[in-house]
Amino acid sequence: MNAWKLMVFVLCLLPLGYLGLGIYEEDLGPNPVEYLTHETGIWALRLLLLTLAITPLRRFTGWRRPVMLRRMLGLFSFFYACLHLLIWLWLDRELIWSGMFDDVLKRPYITVGFIAFLILSALAATSNSFSMQRLGRRWKRLHRFAYAAAALGILHYLWLVKADLLHPMIYMVVFLLLMGLRLPGLPERKPMPFRRKVVS
Amino acid sequence: QSIPDVRDTDYGEDLKPTAYRHITSYNNFYELGYGKRAPAENADSLKPRPWTVKVSGECEKPAVLDMEDILKIDQEERVYRFRCVEAWAMVVPWVGFPLGDFLKGFQPTSRAKYVEFTTLYDPKQMPGQKRKVLDWPYREGLRMDEAMHPLAFMATGLYGEQLPAQNGAPLRLVVPWKYGFKSIKSIVSIRFTQEMPANTWRRIAGDEYGFYANVNPRVPHPRWSQKRHRVLGRGLFGSKEDTQLFNGYAEEVAGLYKGMDLRKNF
Repeated sequence: MNAWKLMVFVLCLLPLGYLGLGIYEEDLGPNPVEYLTHETGIWALRLLLLTLAITPLRRFTGWRRPVMLRRMLGLFSFFYACLHLLIWLWLDRELIWSGMFDDVLKRPYITVGFIAFLILSALAATSNSFSMQRLGRRWKRLHRFAYAAAALGILHYLWLVKADLLHPMIYMVVFLLLMGLRLPGLPERKPMPFRRKVVS
Repeated sequence: QSIPDVRDTDYGEDLKPTAYRHITSYNNFYELGYGKRAPAENADSLKPRPWTVKVSGECEKPAVLDMEDILKIDQEERVYRFRCVEAWAMVVPWVGFPLGDFLKGFQPTSRAKYVEFTTLYDPKQMPGQKRKVLDWPYREGLRMDEAMHPLAFMATGLYGEQLPAQNGAPLRLVVPWKYGFKSIKSIVSIRFTQEMPANTWRRIAGDEYGFYANVNPRVPHPRWSQKRHRVLGRGLFGSKEDTQLFNGYAEEVAGLYKGMDLRKNF
């Protein structure tokens, strides 16, 4: 693992670290389950949007190095989505499966959140090099579903909120911006070649 | 600031009050901010003195009352369960006085079928009102017989102290058998009306929030179940509790709704 990857790996673990510290110090406020559910959900969404920012970043700066970090960012988004689902199932729904099925089927905000999770699971399962080789061209098509996962994740957030839509709308605007930056015909920069260390 | 000469009562003797720091740091009071913690953080912007409450509408003796005079009414402590429509709950030792006796003093006429309550509108004191998220000022209402019920309460304090701003200083309603959004905060107006008041949450989302808003585990909110709730302050692994019809006050209040379809009148 190179230094870049190591740094991003550590950065992606920071939210987990401060949540863990909060649990240890019992300092998560009057409703810790709600707090942890919201925090893990929002980090899954932030990391997914960061993953989707890599392509526009390369396109407009020509900087290629972040592309190497994309898989890790995507997997961390999935990691926080797993924690989010686990906390909801275990601490919020108290592992009462009937209630959970009711929620997934009848409550649209949970339905879309769950679909987003299923998509992320499929993408995570096929994120290895072996799947890339085996799926060939289809791999790229499959992994475009990341856009759908982000859109559904934001919808999940939007439909959950009672009246103050400001925060989910900010995420929506960022998402639409990232999608807009993929439109053809925008001025681009040529990808920079990787600088290799000269071995003498 | 503590409230002097508070009379003890039997209400909620068997309940364990939620910690003061939880009651005062986890609030839905959009007037003071939009997160659960924001109202406590912005508490200083609300000035609970001087404060007047206008009583008007279908009554013989309308009045404008000064808050200092309202505090001269005999104050008593009642420990009530408080259940939010968002499926969390707490137990609060309120200080205040019964609503019914207070309202009778203004001699409502036979045309008075409902009571409407209004929160202060002043974006300088209530920064949340600078954004039009709700249709300010916040309004709530009760049917006359609900308002006259002995459990309906006007709170001026909690834990023996005057209400902090985030809990609705200086005067708020407490209706323990209804979801928390009925218990309107920082009241400046009380009006007797013939028509059912258009309460704020019902106006913005009538399919999710009704006029009655009685706590009822059998009637789910469209977006979540109301069967169980989490009592605040029990930690990460504290289990939830079963929600009871009328929040456990069915024996006292069920008679008010005899013959009504509680699914339609949610």
